[in-house]
Amino acid sequence: MAVGETTAGALAAQRNSIATSRKIRNHLWWGVCSVSLAFVIIPVVWIVWGIATQAASVWRWNLFIHTTATQNGLLNAIVGTFLITAGVAVIAGVVGIGCGVYISEVARPSVTTTILRSASEILSGIPSIVFGYVGYVALVVYLHWGFSLLAAWLVLSFLVVPYVAKSTELALSQVPLAYREGGEALGMHRTRVLRSLVMRSAIPGIATGLIIALAISIGETAPLLYTANWSDHLPTTQLVHASVPYLTYPVYTFYNEPLASLSALASDAALLLLVLVLLLILAARLVVHTTQKYSPNRALRGK
Amino acid sequence: MTEDGLPSSGSEGTAGGIPQSPQTPLPPHGMQSTTSMEPTSPLRLKLRRVTEISIIGGSAISAVLPLIALVAMLVVLFLEAIPAIRFNGWGILTGSTWNVGNAYAAFQHSHGVTHLVGAAYGAWPLIVGTLLTSAIAIIVGLPIAVGAAILVVEKLPNAIASVIGLFLEVLAGVPSAVIGLWGILTFGPWLAAHIYPWLSHMPNVPVLNYFRGNYNRAGQGLLTAGLVLAAMIIPIIAATTRDLLRQVPEATKEGAEALGMTSAEVFKTVQARWVRTGVIGAAVLGLGRALGETIAMALVAGGIQYVPSNIYQGASTIAAAIVLQLDAALTDPTGLAVKTLAELALILMVITLSVNVLARVIVRRAAKGAVLPVGAGF
Repeated sequence: MAVGETTAGALAAQRNSIATSRKIRNHLWWGVCSVSLAFVIIPVVWIVWGIATQAASVWRWNLFIHTTATQNGLLNAIVGTFLITAGVAVIAGVVGIGCGVYISEVARPSVTTTILRSASEILSGIPSIVFGYVGYVALVVYLHWGFSLLAAWLVLSFLVVPYVAKSTELALSQVPLAYREGGEALGMHRTRVLRSLVMRSAIPGIATGLIIALAISIGETAPLLYTANWSDHLPTTQLVHASVPYLTYPVYTFYNEPLASLSALASDAALLLLVLVLLLILAARLVVHTTQKYSPNRALRGK
Repeated sequence: MTEDGLPSSGSEGTAGGIPQSPQTPLPPHGMQSTTSMEPTSPLRLKLRRVTEISIIGGSAISAVLPLIALVAMLVVLFLEAIPAIRFNGWGILTGSTWNVGNAYAAFQHSHGVTHLVGAAYGAWPLIVGTLLTSAIAIIVGLPIAVGAAILVVEKLPNAIASVIGLFLEVLAGVPSAVIGLWGILTFGPWLAAHIYPWLSHMPNVPVLNYFRGNYNRAGQGLLTAGLVLAAMIIPIIAATTRDLLRQVPEATKEGAEALGMTSAEVFKTVQARWVRTGVIGAAVLGLGRALGETIAMALVAGGIQYVPSNIYQGASTIAAAIVLQLDAALTDPTGLAVKTLAELALILMVITLSVNVLARVIVRRAAKGAVLPVGAGF
């Protein structure tokens, strides 16, 4: 009897200690995860804060009206970035959306579409500097375009086409089959169904993809160094044989300039880039948020 | 429309199940909208055919362009690099000397290539720098990204998860030049002032002895570069892991919970097995991004082409060298230096291509048809 009691007591004690150690291990696990999350948040806050304070100490509003030639402004870089990005939006938009439409809507799923989709995915994994170098060799040197707007447009566009294509394809694949069937039941022609029903409901997804592509192209430096080069003067709409300035260049090259007014421009440009990217990310979120309410999927699923 | 060799929708020329010839106008039913939707006059039919053909043709051309671009890039790089490949041989992978040569002496010929006296191109330090910075980035970034994703999916309410999603998007969206600037003006000096003094007193035992040594004030070097890279690949890995974890069926988790497991044990038995392969794929994808990162590495790594002997020493990567060496390369009148940069770009492209294909194969196998936002970067 006494023996049995001690065993039972020992068992209970053992069970207790196991329970405690499991509890401790559980808390440890989630503690480690919380620390990881902190290490994700800290760099974001630190980068935004670091760049903002750096720029705030040297910020001048007149940088919007002077060019870098005067060492007092970024006007040429700002105009150049908008010029480059606008062109990329058109080229990458047309090609990327076309690519997504073909893979998702026009072609039947086959080996061909798999190859095309893989090519686009692989393209998105190639380092941007390789794009820049190929653009330099093929467009700037071989085709004699020189450092030019056109070379920058083409190189950056192919850099971001995979993102536009992927999001277009995703958005189209999420349009419910019932929409297409409904259109056909009304006697609409195939192209009409695509234009009026399918594409229209896919617009938010496509827009988000385009916005992300623009954010990427605004932030690229490496491919532009080789294709657009840099100019201290306002860019023109001349397509070839004219270097184009852009905002990432001062960030990359001016930061260790001995001249204070020039090195300050690096921080200012970094802040401008950060603000532009933040605005684009918020715009993408806004598109998703406002359209989710009226999303066809949501209506059909009865959510 | 079958005469185009296209899948017919089957609804051509039919209304209400009654076959009609396209030329026959619809009976005036008062449903004029139907008439306006379906053009019936020959002109409109022709217009519709033009629209259809232009949609199909245009989208097909767009769809082929990325493939053409991919092949063209490989071909252009290879053709450009041929003289450099003949001159450098395998030495580019093993040599450590990088010398454009003497531009003022007479040109020399060897291996059928004109080059400068003393020209030698060895990329071994660049290869080591690329692999080491990426390795540090994965070792530091992977656990942080995965841990954060686990907490976000399993414990945090949706509103907070959405805010953290925004943080990840911002981190992924910050231009690499801006991260580089932060690394060189803020992060590097901070590490050199507060972390490296402490870290450099590691015991003199294997592995840890790489932490012993001198560091510079700006913190430029291998470890800083690796840590900056870690920040750049965390969003890719974290977002993918998060989306994978959200696909784990609730019932399986509930089953494990019903057995009395703690939430950590549930995770290890259910979710961890479910997402394991996908996370490896995401990590390899992050590795691909780290290997190809250029501007941030050009700013933070130090741009020094020697094999580093401790973890603080300046280094350079293949991608950074292509940017940093261009000005020097353009001074080579024989053009061999620029061609060697093409060879470097080719090496980099082959490395990242294989890494990315590997990652996508792994992720696809893990996802089994589920659509993942992998590679979207956001």
